[in-house]
Amino acid sequence: MTAVLTDPNRPAQAPAFQKISTARQIKNRLATVLTGLTFLVAVIPLVWLLYTVISNGYEALLNGDWWFKSLKGVLPEQFTGGVYHALYGSIVQALVCALIAVPIGILTAIYLVEYGNNGRFARITTFMVDILSGVPSIVAALFVFALWVTTFGLETSAFAVSLALVLLMLPVVVRSTEEMLRLVPDELREASYALGVPKWKTIVKIVLPTALSGIVTGVMLATARVMGETAPVLVLVGYSRSINFDVFDGNMASLPLLIYNELLNPEPAGQLRVWGAALTLILLIMFFNLVATVISRFSAIKTK
Amino acid sequence: MTDNVTGSSPPARSTGRRRGDGIFRSMTTGSSLVIVVSIGLIGLFLLIQAVPSLQANTINFFTSAEWSTGDVGNLAFGIRDLLVVTVLSSLLALAIAMPIAMGIALFLTHYLPPKIAQPFAYVIDLLAAVPSIVFGLWGAKVLGPSLEPIATFLNENLSWIPLFSDGNVSLSGGGNIFTAGIVLAIMILPIITAVSREVFRQTPAMQIEGALALGATRWEMIRTTVLPFGRSGYIAGSMLGLGRALGETVAVLIILRSASSSSTFSFFDGGYTFASKIASAAPEFSEPLSTGAYIAAGLVLFVFTFAVNALARYIAGRGKAKAS
Repeated sequence: MTAVLTDPNRPAQAPAFQKISTARQIKNRLATVLTGLTFLVAVIPLVWLLYTVISNGYEALLNGDWWFKSLKGVLPEQFTGGVYHALYGSIVQALVCALIAVPIGILTAIYLVEYGNNGRFARITTFMVDILSGVPSIVAALFVFALWVTTFGLETSAFAVSLALVLLMLPVVVRSTEEMLRLVPDELREASYALGVPKWKTIVKIVLPTALSGIVTGVMLATARVMGETAPVLVLVGYSRSINFDVFDGNMASLPLLIYNELLNPEPAGQLRVWGAALTLILLIMFFNLVATVISRFSAIKTK
Repeated sequence: MTDNVTGSSPPARSTGRRRGDGIFRSMTTGSSLVIVVSIGLIGLFLLIQAVPSLQANTINFFTSAEWSTGDVGNLAFGIRDLLVVTVLSSLLALAIAMPIAMGIALFLTHYLPPKIAQPFAYVIDLLAAVPSIVFGLWGAKVLGPSLEPIATFLNENLSWIPLFSDGNVSLSGGGNIFTAGIVLAIMILPIITAVSREVFRQTPAMQIEGALALGATRWEMIRTTVLPFGRSGYIAGSMLGLGRALGETVAVLIILRSASSSSTFSFFDGGYTFASKIASAAPEFSEPLSTGAYIAAGLVLFVFTFAVNALARYIAGRGKAKAS
């Protein structure tokens, strides 16, 4: 008390804010720099990889035949022909897979959100979807081989590939659809029920259309993902250098399979085709990703 | 309209409605059942077709490194080397990817402003969009040769550590577990980052503001609130990444050089993982008994990834229960 009286200029208390000690500041700076660096570390391989693929592969793509010709009758050392047959295989196998996986996946998601009530079976299903998303593609391929070829005695074909891809696509579709359905506000459902609309019609006419763009985005992403899968095509279908339109019969090329086969070709033309096909595959996947992003950007669910 | 209330149509309408609901309900339940059953079928079919080959196997399946399935009358296959190569490459990938993924997730959620973080996060997701065969191509033709000096340096100076001792393939070209592990690390980075980002973002704002109000620096705030809160999610994400690495097929198949002698538990070994062994032999799947040998290897891989994923889910579930 007396001190205050004797020296009015001295504050009653020490300042509340002290400077942060140098050690703490250094640690803080270091953490900032290190986290930023980890990001750079991740970007380096991405840029390096894309640069490699583009610089080695763009030449092949500039050739007009690349998109419209197969490799039928092309000798290993010839710089002609294209990946038309493999492009067809990649897209068709993914589409056939989507035709099977999307209905099952969406219906499962509807079950989980609208009917499951977090009951016993719903929890088992969620667990199994998680496990399925962790199943390696080679195991899915082996399973289809064991079922399709060994047990049923059928020939390997593009359809068998699609079946294996279904197992890989399902969990992605279920997850993304489930997430979107949960975003649909309950008020919409309640309003529909109040008007006397049955539950199934509410789901089909109200819930699904509201979540549609999100679901489509998820499906596109899932399709892009299965297009890059190589293990199933290695096990379940033979490579063909010419076009084959029949999904159920015969060998069919796809971009990953073409890359894998041309890797064995030591000629410069083979290497060019390898990198060209790799670039084509990346472009194809990027295209699907881009469409998915555009769809989700332009029509997000209005939660309010 | 009003006579409907007491008339005969409401019951008819409600049975129609009930039928519609019933059909739709059973359709959705049936789809769920398809998923549940298919997991069971995967395990069952692999088991059924592996058993005859395992019975015909003349050597120990788990402790032997030999693999000859050409002579059906004298099958001899063991998974020891496959297990060693799979585990070594996956663990190396995990050891590299875990700290980097944590750094990226923190950088994206707590250092960058949300608006800028969006495109940055997209860049990391781009890594996930690159197909595995392209990773394999790049790893074998570009990264492997570039890593050769580093591998040689580690081998020359650290060879007293068994992991860096001489492997069973030549260092030139980089067709070893060292290269494969680094490529796998890049491949599993997006999934670990995505999961960690999600949990780090959910750190309660009250805790963050509390820490900052008490005078914590940004790093201290992260250490005391974000990391404890997100730990289980981060570990779960890493387990998911591990599952991916264990099952990765084509990238490893292209990168790893086949070895003539058995594994020496070194990062500079070549050889096969479970997945790449199966894929490499796929064109020769004609004889059921020899195919069964590969199916047995696939079964082990399935059980392995099943366990890792179930563990990841358990950890994540426990973390969620604690947080709520």
